[in-house]
Amino acid sequence: MGNKGFVKHYYVMLLPGMIWLTLFSIVPMFGFVIAFQDYNPGLGMLHSEWIGLENFKYLLSLSDSRTVFVNTLVIAVMKIVANLIVPLVFALMLNELRLAVLKRWIQTVVYLPHFLSWVILSGILLDVFSYKGPVNTIMSWFGAEPILFFGRADLFPFLIVGSDVWKEFGFNTIIYLAALTGINPSLYEAAAIDGATRLQRLWNVTLPGIVTTVVLLAVLSLGNVLNAGFDQVFNLYNPLVYSTGDIIDTWVYRTGLVNLQYGLATAMGLFKSVISFVLIVTSYVLASKFANYRIF
Amino acid sequence: MVRETTFGSKAFDVLLIVLLVGIALLCILPLWYTLCVSLSANSAAAAGMVGLWPVGFNFNSYNEIMGDSKFFNSFWISVKRVVLGAGVSFIVTVLMAYPLSKNAKEFPLRNVFMWILVFTMLFNGGLIPWYQTVKALGLINSIWALVLGHSVPMFNVILVVNYFRNLPKELEEAALVDGAGPWYMLVKLYIPLAVPVLATVTLFSIVYHWNEFFNGLVLMSKADHYPLQTYIQQLVVVIDASTMDTEQLKRLSELSNQTLNAAKIFIAMIPVLLIYPFLQRFFIHGITLGSVKE
Repeated sequence: MGNKGFVKHYYVMLLPGMIWLTLFSIVPMFGFVIAFQDYNPGLGMLHSEWIGLENFKYLLSLSDSRTVFVNTLVIAVMKIVANLIVPLVFALMLNELRLAVLKRWIQTVVYLPHFLSWVILSGILLDVFSYKGPVNTIMSWFGAEPILFFGRADLFPFLIVGSDVWKEFGFNTIIYLAALTGINPSLYEAAAIDGATRLQRLWNVTLPGIVTTVVLLAVLSLGNVLNAGFDQVFNLYNPLVYSTGDIIDTWVYRTGLVNLQYGLATAMGLFKSVISFVLIVTSYVLASKFANYRIF
Repeated sequence: MVRETTFGSKAFDVLLIVLLVGIALLCILPLWYTLCVSLSANSAAAAGMVGLWPVGFNFNSYNEIMGDSKFFNSFWISVKRVVLGAGVSFIVTVLMAYPLSKNAKEFPLRNVFMWILVFTMLFNGGLIPWYQTVKALGLINSIWALVLGHSVPMFNVILVVNYFRNLPKELEEAALVDGAGPWYMLVKLYIPLAVPVLATVTLFSIVYHWNEFFNGLVLMSKADHYPLQTYIQQLVVVIDASTMDTEQLKRLSELSNQTLNAAKIFIAMIPVLLIYPFLQRFFIHGITLGSVKE
């Protein structure tokens, strides 16, 4: 099949998208030359002074950059692990639920936080965890002293990971639930006839049936180890928790757009983009090799 | 399906229901709490007396919002942004996905385009070059910066490409025999058949444009160009980033007008609360068919 005359129409169809892509993705890619310049907005990219790797050297010497790098890694890795396990456990529990109507209601409800913005959720969380908020009230019933949760650097990473899991676990179960429906029901029948209890069936039929999906998602999440979640951290942090909460993206924002150190911020951004790119490509290669996964 | 009637199994079921309902409640109680705060007396909210029921029930904060032109202004900007943004995204996504769903025989440069797209999805210049580019395009303070500011929603394009590719080839062959051209085929054949995935990606772009605050923050230099989320972000979340100690933070959390902020947050949630349950069956279908491969 195929009509040769169609191809020119295909180009026309791709045109708007390619223009958009060029303006907002490809052109900015050339902007990374700022990382190698003593960038002066007045002179622009073409006339600013070239300083080679100075920005990168300066970055390496800053204790700030080490802190944000470590924070980013710690928060992102904790998120990746928690966001694999919690939705899995939840999906397994939901899969065991036999009341179809209740199941549907629960699903609808747990998907909700995914669709709300971090601005909205941060507003809510800051209130819920505030000094006189409900969490402190409940804790006071057990005799605990009130805590200013989002002012505590030692608690901040856990609050970030916890609230991210809370927002996303419902949505992340979709993939697991789809994988669970793919398990052949006759396997359960056979196991039941052999006298397997529900727990044994869970262990011997359900888990092996879903393990490839888990591994695949784990491999694919490798590309995210430098993405600790800008929107979330940006809306929840404050100077008191910079020591454990400041991540690469928030640092780039403050250094570049607030303090106007364009060269330095771009150097950090480029560093992040390159490492992320390598990691994502690696994870896709691994996924296609071992799980036969293709993006398209 | 296997039916179990033993006592242990029934106890297990009950425990499961309790746990799952508890988890589900955990997802909505914070939102319910916000609604309760917005309907409470300001003094009760500040004193931390509000639980799961409003204390000193009143509509004052909602009445106040009714007369707040800044709130409505940013609400209106968000509405415009969603309509334009979701519309543009839909058109571009469908137009890109159709040619890219062809194989290399039908469209020789297909793979070249696909790799360009995937590359731009995985690699970017970072925040500062992006900001400089948008600025150089003269889009600062324009609604088009919000509509187009981020790139083509590539994830959506890939979902639709995958969906198109799974449609039976015979349909297209039949249409071809009947003399259909590519545009006719796309509009009359592919789009109607791809409703689940198109509903999904449209939901995604509506939610994206409704929720996005950062473009509004950095690309709009005047507060009256802020979309709703940026407006709320400035109001509720932003704390002076200079120096602030624990005491100041504590006082700030008591001083701010909690009931009014809660009401604004709640209103900002309403559109999402209204649309997503109805699109649920579509997005589950769309995601699983578009992303999971055998």
